[in-house]
Amino acid sequence: MPSESPRFSDLVARHESQLLADWFAQQKASRATRLDLIGEAELEDQSRRFLRAFRAALESGELDDISRPAWDEVRDFLQEVSRSRAMQGFRPNETASFVFSLKQPVFALLRQEFAKAPEELAAQTWTLSMLLDQLGLYTTEIYQQTREEIIVRQQQELLELSTPVVQLWDRILALPLVGTLDSSRTQVVMESLLERIVSSGSEIAIIDITGVPTVDTLVAQHLLKTIAATRLMGADCIISGIRPQIAQTIVHLGVDLGTVVTKATLADAFAVALKRTRDSRTHVIEGA
Amino acid sequence: MRQLVRERAVALGFGLVDQTKLVTAASELARNTLIHGGGGHGEIADVRNGARLGLCLAFVDEGPGIADVQQALQDGYTTGTGLGLGLGGARRLASEFAIESAPGRGTRVTIIRWR
Amino acid sequence: MDRIPILKMGEYLLVTIQVDMHDQLALQLQEDLTERISRESAAGVLIDISSLDVVDSFIGRMIGNIAAMARVLDADTVVTGMRPAVAITLVELGLSLEGVHTALNVERGMALLREKVAARHA
Repeated sequence: MPSESPRFSDLVARHESQLLADWFAQQKASRATRLDLIGEAELEDQSRRFLRAFRAALESGELDDISRPAWDEVRDFLQEVSRSRAMQGFRPNETASFVFSLKQPVFALLRQEFAKAPEELAAQTWTLSMLLDQLGLYTTEIYQQTREEIIVRQQQELLELSTPVVQLWDRILALPLVGTLDSSRTQVVMESLLERIVSSGSEIAIIDITGVPTVDTLVAQHLLKTIAATRLMGADCIISGIRPQIAQTIVHLGVDLGTVVTKATLADAFAVALKRTRDSRTHVIEGA
Repeated sequence: MRQLVRERAVALGFGLVDQTKLVTAASELARNTLIHGGGGHGEIADVRNGARLGLCLAFVDEGPGIADVQQALQDGYTTGTGLGLGLGGARRLASEFAIESAPGRGTRVTIIRWR
Repeated sequence: MDRIPILKMGEYLLVTIQVDMHDQLALQLQEDLTERISRESAAGVLIDISSLDVVDSFIGRMIGNIAAMARVLDADTVVTGMRPAVAITLVELGLSLEGVHTALNVERGMALLREKVAARHA
């Protein structure tokens, strides 16, 4: 039977412009299309390009599995559409409706062509429905992936924003830490602090932990790592802003801050830092 | 080997610190393969977990193997003349670390660092 | 065989490591340096590693060894120019190079060496 009836790819080829017009009208009428986010011209272009790729893939006759190579171009194109929609602020259902809205014009075309062959109509409708479902779900998958990427990137940006290194004085930097210190943040903190030490030629970095809510063994370890790395570069650290209860936890936990200089306030630390940089400079002059 | 790891890490968009950690870990593990495993080979592959990209490195040898893996992972434990930081250090430089070894059956160390 | 050149400047020895350090090269440097410190009665050694983009535990240990051996031979050692990424990695690796003096760049390193040597002779 299927060999006698026209293949759906031929149908699409024959009625491509009608299909495009119907689909485009369908999309324009739907609220999910979000014409406030995307221009009509862009939408029409997307629709046309999708139909072209869709028709080419249909010719392969492999209508049961869109992961086949015949569907590479269609998947690539849908990936592009989903990504741009995820960035433009479409919701997932609004993104998927690009594909799902094609169902109605496609089924209308099938009804028109197979009006006299109900069995064939049912079979074709089922095949195409399954196919479009797969493609629609694929857009959702890509949408999800893109959103995840955006979140990861934003987390990274947030991390970088949350670690401002300020130059207090010639050769003295301050790093006011706010919030908790986990291992990924520690790496960002260390990196921006050390980069700044190099670029400014600083000798002393004051890490102020007034804004750090709790210091447990892990946070202390991260602080000690930062201090060790600073020393390896040839600079020194002073920790300031240790509140009484934090001093208590540090001692209770048995954290050994070793030879690290600690001060109660940023001002105290700054005074120590000033004295030290002055001393080191007089040494240099005497030695020279 | 170092060059290859660096190139892959750059291609995957790793930052400078992550690149350095990966190359250093590769250097530690390659030395182990060479000195304790009597030579072997390395494998490098991109990995993906959802939106996260990572680099996976594996070092394989057919040497004597490690009798007590837990002990070998401890800092300061060494059978040679080194510092005993290689294996444990490489574990700290990676996001994920796996070791398969048995006496007489060689050693395979796999690390992944996620971006 | 390749060798890392050692420069003499007054009572100090200067080493700039500019090539990717292979294990053999590192061991050779360790041997050459201790020999030179002893022969020249050097008061200090400056090792600039600003060109190194990777320092693993082997190279780290070599640097620590040089400093320890120099101390036995009555000389101070300063390591200069370590890159941020290298410093972060070394700390993660568990190497903090205790007993090695560090400075941001060669100029500061020389000043620090003079300071250390002067303090010792005072």
